[in-house]
Amino acid sequence: MKKHVGKPVSRRGFVAGTTALATLGFPAILRAQPAAVKVGLIHPVTGFVAYNGQQNRLGGTMAIEDVNKAGGIKSMGGAKIEALLGDSQSKVEVGVAEVEKMNEQGVAAYIGCFQSPVGIAASQAASKYNTPFLIDVGASDLIVSRGLKNVFRLKPGFGVCVDDGIASLGALNKAAGGVAKSAVIVHESGEFGTGTAKLLQGKLPSIGIEAKELIGHDNPTRNFDNIALRIRSLAPDVIMMSNYGNEYMLLARTLYQQKVNVAGFFSILGGGFNYKFVKEMPDVSQYMMDVNHWYNPRSPQAQELKKRVEATGALFTFEVYLTYTNVMLLADALERAASADKEKLTAALAASTFKAELMPYGPTKFVNGQNQGGKPGVMQALKGDIEVIAPEEFASAKAVFPKPKLN
Amino acid sequence: MLDPQIIFAGILNGLLAGGIYVLVAVGLTLIYGVLHIINFAHGSLLMLAMYAVFYLWRLLGVDPYVALPLVIAGAFVFGFVLYRLVIGRFNHGRDENILLITLGLSIVIDNAALLFFGGDTQTIDVPYAGSFVELGAAFLPLPKIISFAASLLLCAILGLYMAKSDTGKAIRAVAKERQGARLVGIDVDNIFAVSYGIGIACLGAAACLLMPTYYVTPSSGHAFVLVAFTIVVLGGMGSFVGAAVGGFIIGITEALGGLLLGEQLGQIGISLIFILILLLRPTGLFGSKA
Repeated sequence: MKKHVGKPVSRRGFVAGTTALATLGFPAILRAQPAAVKVGLIHPVTGFVAYNGQQNRLGGTMAIEDVNKAGGIKSMGGAKIEALLGDSQSKVEVGVAEVEKMNEQGVAAYIGCFQSPVGIAASQAASKYNTPFLIDVGASDLIVSRGLKNVFRLKPGFGVCVDDGIASLGALNKAAGGVAKSAVIVHESGEFGTGTAKLLQGKLPSIGIEAKELIGHDNPTRNFDNIALRIRSLAPDVIMMSNYGNEYMLLARTLYQQKVNVAGFFSILGGGFNYKFVKEMPDVSQYMMDVNHWYNPRSPQAQELKKRVEATGALFTFEVYLTYTNVMLLADALERAASADKEKLTAALAASTFKAELMPYGPTKFVNGQNQGGKPGVMQALKGDIEVIAPEEFASAKAVFPKPKLN
Repeated sequence: MLDPQIIFAGILNGLLAGGIYVLVAVGLTLIYGVLHIINFAHGSLLMLAMYAVFYLWRLLGVDPYVALPLVIAGAFVFGFVLYRLVIGRFNHGRDENILLITLGLSIVIDNAALLFFGGDTQTIDVPYAGSFVELGAAFLPLPKIISFAASLLLCAILGLYMAKSDTGKAIRAVAKERQGARLVGIDVDNIFAVSYGIGIACLGAAACLLMPTYYVTPSSGHAFVLVAFTIVVLGGMGSFVGAAVGGFIIGITEALGGLLLGEQLGQIGISLIFILILLLRPTGLFGSKA
């Protein structure tokens, strides 16, 4: 065997060689790694809507992981998205503080905030720095009516949800021979619930239903017995609800326990209408209807994501797929802008024709920051499951209205 | 004008709600009466007890009412140990330190609950949840009637225990005069821990009675604490009877206020009582002058 004999590398030579490699080679490698794009996810992961915020965060982080696994933002040399996680603590002032903090960390865009008041204040704060702000959940239409160029909302606001809900309820009532002539609206007392209730009150007469009373309640509310009594004294045909998860569930259970008999329960953006509620309380939830954000049950991507989310032990709630979709919308805009520059990114978002694969939406088109293609679904709890009853092209069951009376 | 039958039903609902408020307030006033501090961890400990009830039901299928003795005993031990190991050890003999310790405990417990249990709303769906008793216009849910009766019974038992037992007498002695109690040979530190344990045991009972009709999240205990503070002030700080009477007054005020003024304005009644009592009778209905 031939023995290789060569000049040994001296210690000085080794040091010189490695130094040269370090100064010439590694910077080249470092240059090949583009800077990560920082995205602020601001949600209420503590406080009275902590569950919803945690669901938002789950969807957002899963989406960022998916984008990065797929090679990052290709037009930016494969730049990864880096999540800056913020907790609004279900409080407006904390949400704004998170915006300021993340701005100092060089954030390129924000996604948030679940609660309308927090979204309104936080996006206003972000507008000082011209940083794009994507509202993943936040129903108030005030969010997109302030003329702020940096604010974008893919999902529909409460205006569209009320319009679609009124149309669906009108059609159901007409098909049932006009059994419903009056309604009581129970709403949480914040911007989302109050705004939705006022819109409903104005539009119910157009389908021959009179809004007998608007009943507001605080968050949290300990006891809905009084409201149930008040409703029974008013004897409406339909009860309409617009509130957050805990109060939605507690109100539904109290109305069931107090044997409040109506033709139907019809909520607009009912915070507690989800798989957990209908599975854990099948008797209480039976026949309840809700106009809300819903995934496209015929989308293979949505079904695959649903499986992945459920495999983690979490529920596939609207917060998860709305934040997931918003990250994808942002990634698409970054790809087209080929830059994290705020002006270029804002322009790319404003011109977006992003296809929201998971959602039953029409083509994306932002007008004053609001996507015109965003549409809610109308669902009904039937036998411990949730079925889509409208729009017809996505429907999985036929609605039951009026509902059978409670014994 | 509301139908008198609806008002009658409202009063009944208020009484039922008051039953739970009484238990939460009795624990709070007992701790105040003996230790002379407001227990800021009260809401957080109520929430922990509610989770205990929930998991006993979820994992072992134990009905919340059947779990009552177990949860009361567990809550007593937890409260006793918490006082011995944390509150009693780090207060350095100063009452104001206990305020800070319980406030700190509250923050730690809330966030630990969020970490371990998640923010999801948890409920118990008992088979009798839909059962009710019809009394005129009132449909009184069976779980609330059971909770009301159990709450009254527990308060009566606790009242008897405080009046007749040696420990009860020792607690009352310490509440009245610490130094004197020490001089006659009462282990004051032990009585502090026992009192704290009994206060938390009341929360354990309240948790069992609440869960069939309420829900638990890491922040749900606090919904009952503000109202419990009002009851304690109304009844008289440290007054056992005052807490019981105050609980029912607040329950009925809340119910009638909600019916007559609307749910949001109805809460004003509670705040109004709080302010009036502070202005006109700062010692409360049954409180003794300092």
